[in-house]
Amino acid sequence: MKSLNMFITGVGGQGTLLASRVLGEAALMVGMGAVVGEVHGMAQRGGVVESVVVIGERKGPVLSEGEADVLLGFEPMETLRALRMCHRNTIVVSNLTPVVPFTVTSGKAEYPDVDSMMEKVRGAVGRLVALDADRLAKEAGSPRAMNVVLVGALAATNTLPFDAEILEEAIRATVKPAFVEINLRAFRSGVSAVT
Amino acid sequence: MHRLLQIKDRETDLALGNDAIVRGALEAGLAFASCYPGTPSSEIGNNLYIISKETDVYFEFSVNEKVALEVAASAAQCGLRSMCSMKHVGLNVASDVLITLAYIGVEGGLVVVSADDPSLHSSQNEQDNRYYAKLGGLPMLEPADPGEAYLMTREAFEISERYRVPVILRTTTRVNHSRSPVTFGPLAAPKTKGEFKKNPFRLVPIPAVARELHKELLGKRKDMAEDAARSPFNTISGEGTVGVASSGVARHYVADGLRELGIMDRARVLNLGFSHPFPHKLAKEFLASVNTVLVVEELEPILEESLKVVALHEALSICIEGKPPGPIPRHFELDPITVKDALASHFGVEFSRPQTVRVDDLPPRPPNLCPGCPHRATYYSIKKVFGDHALYPSDIGCYTLGILPPLSAADYLLCMGSSIGTGCGFSEVQERPVVSFIGDSTFFHSGIAGLVNAKFNNHDTVLVILDNFTTAMTGHQPHPGTSLMPEGEVEPAVSIEGLVEGIGIEEVAVINPLNLKKSIKALEKIASSKAKGPKVVVARAVCPLYHRAVTGKRKPIVFQVQDSCDMCRDCIDDLACPAFSLTNGRIEIDERLCNACAVCSQICDSIKPKKVAG
Repeated sequence: MKSLNMFITGVGGQGTLLASRVLGEAALMVGMGAVVGEVHGMAQRGGVVESVVVIGERKGPVLSEGEADVLLGFEPMETLRALRMCHRNTIVVSNLTPVVPFTVTSGKAEYPDVDSMMEKVRGAVGRLVALDADRLAKEAGSPRAMNVVLVGALAATNTLPFDAEILEEAIRATVKPAFVEINLRAFRSGVSAVT
Repeated sequence: MHRLLQIKDRETDLALGNDAIVRGALEAGLAFASCYPGTPSSEIGNNLYIISKETDVYFEFSVNEKVALEVAASAAQCGLRSMCSMKHVGLNVASDVLITLAYIGVEGGLVVVSADDPSLHSSQNEQDNRYYAKLGGLPMLEPADPGEAYLMTREAFEISERYRVPVILRTTTRVNHSRSPVTFGPLAAPKTKGEFKKNPFRLVPIPAVARELHKELLGKRKDMAEDAARSPFNTISGEGTVGVASSGVARHYVADGLRELGIMDRARVLNLGFSHPFPHKLAKEFLASVNTVLVVEELEPILEESLKVVALHEALSICIEGKPPGPIPRHFELDPITVKDALASHFGVEFSRPQTVRVDDLPPRPPNLCPGCPHRATYYSIKKVFGDHALYPSDIGCYTLGILPPLSAADYLLCMGSSIGTGCGFSEVQERPVVSFIGDSTFFHSGIAGLVNAKFNNHDTVLVILDNFTTAMTGHQPHPGTSLMPEGEVEPAVSIEGLVEGIGIEEVAVINPLNLKKSIKALEKIASSKAKGPKVVVARAVCPLYHRAVTGKRKPIVFQVQDSCDMCRDCIDDLACPAFSLTNGRIEIDERLCNACAVCSQICDSIKPKKVAG
């Protein structure tokens, strides 16, 4: 099969790395090739954190611009910034809650209107699923589970080569035991937000 | 038990490259390890630090890479399998050890992990450390992914003991920080007791000894190259007369590109993983079978030049291209499309780059000092006293982020420790007052010698040592001055101010930067001093992230902007704490981000504490 190239973007502290791992673990569970490319270090001090998950034959841990079949955006402006990674048929799943960067809060720049940002994304890709993952995570019991809400929404788009049960298993295997239940609730709320 | 100790024989794990290196070393019988942390190598040391508490493996965070390699070399001399890991620029610091250690050799296997950072994800340069294998005449392995990093780490110990030389395991960020499935083997029980056999006329490289040792090292070269030519990490595959040669992670971009372009069946590919000493025989066989070669490697044209030498040596008339004027860039890491594009034109097939939409006018999101970071407070007070006119040499750490306005507290930087040495020079030749910044861990790493120099040569400079109790940037590793450990408060192994006073610095101020009034007063005293010579400020307050990680506690307060705020904006304009925002024309502090450092409340009466659950 052709590889499924996924690009994940967000802000330091939003849990992009855990989401990447869950997707990679799920691929491993069904015996498919999986490569997860992470970014550590400097990028974590409030900066943009980007990671890559490739499922299938591909072995390289990097994507070029225009190669992402899936874009998982944890923050609306970062989703738009990562539009360069997408092609005409990319499936984009994006959170709608802004994390305003300091360049904006200090008055040096203006945070763009979320709706018009999402319109720009929608016009350039195959499908956009936009949801308030922060709110859903809070309702599921933990704002920190926003990452898993987005993974649930992605699962519901039927883009992944494995189903939701496999992802639930991957969540059980990846997150700390004390947080499994909350994360599963968050995951399911992401699934139902799309279906 | 550490998760890398729990993995069973034949179990497959979605392993991070750095985890795979550690597990590979443990399976090879690693007994002794040392490092100085640095991205992208840091997780190697972090894992071994914990593992060493649960096993017989010895591990230490050494004060710098040079000392780390000396410590590991001596353990290897006594027959212990040893490993020393560092980031690429760390090997510059350790290179003085490495090059002579190549002459002296080792008894137990010694693996030197050099984690390079093409594209400078978190480094000040993107040097290609494969040159160190050439410089030292040492074997080098270049893994392409975590699976190879695991296998090559195990093999590196064997090669090291076979030739009695240290082996360089050269990784790049994309190997260290990628995950892919790795099937592991059984753990081994290490030999942990060493023995030193005296043999000064082998082990002390006075010129007469070193001359012989150099000849001996060169004598191993031929066998090592033949070993490389036979190594399973070096392969020739595919058919045809159009060749591609590749090493490191670029091998994956080549294989992915050939497959996706549908030209796998007509490409003859030389893949090198054991790349130094250069496997001349294998390269000759490859070059003799093709008419043209595209060389795909990151950074320097090392493989390319080696192939050209073989072609010349064997009088092969062949076109070998790679780096400019060829299509493979000499800077930054490679990416799939750049490689695919080069492959397509090399093989004469169609390929068009995907159409993309770029949105470039979005507000940037640069990394920033965290809310409550004491460095911000230090910079604030320093700027109040020394102003924008002063020259601020900086150093390597979180605090380099002070470069950003409004703090603007970094004017010059070369490498670890350079703030002091460059401050010495600046103070002699120009008029601006010089205030250098260095972190606590960086001071121990390579700042002390600079301070001794400042005292010895009486340079008129101020050094601010930013002591936040930890090596923060690389993930909170301990250092000799650490006074807070996971087990609680401890007496620092080495007192920073004790050291500074021991050097003979007469004017030393220790400040709590979170107390602005007292800090500014102490700084004014330093600034107004008429005495010539170096002065030192120790700005001491714990990193809030480290404090929370160790104690598990948050302060039971956060700060709030009251209605009395007159929108003077000094808090935002002067402190630039990321917990602040301008929402609907009002200044607010995000409770979730506030770390309760209380600095903002000292510059504005409208900011007050509020109790929250601790």
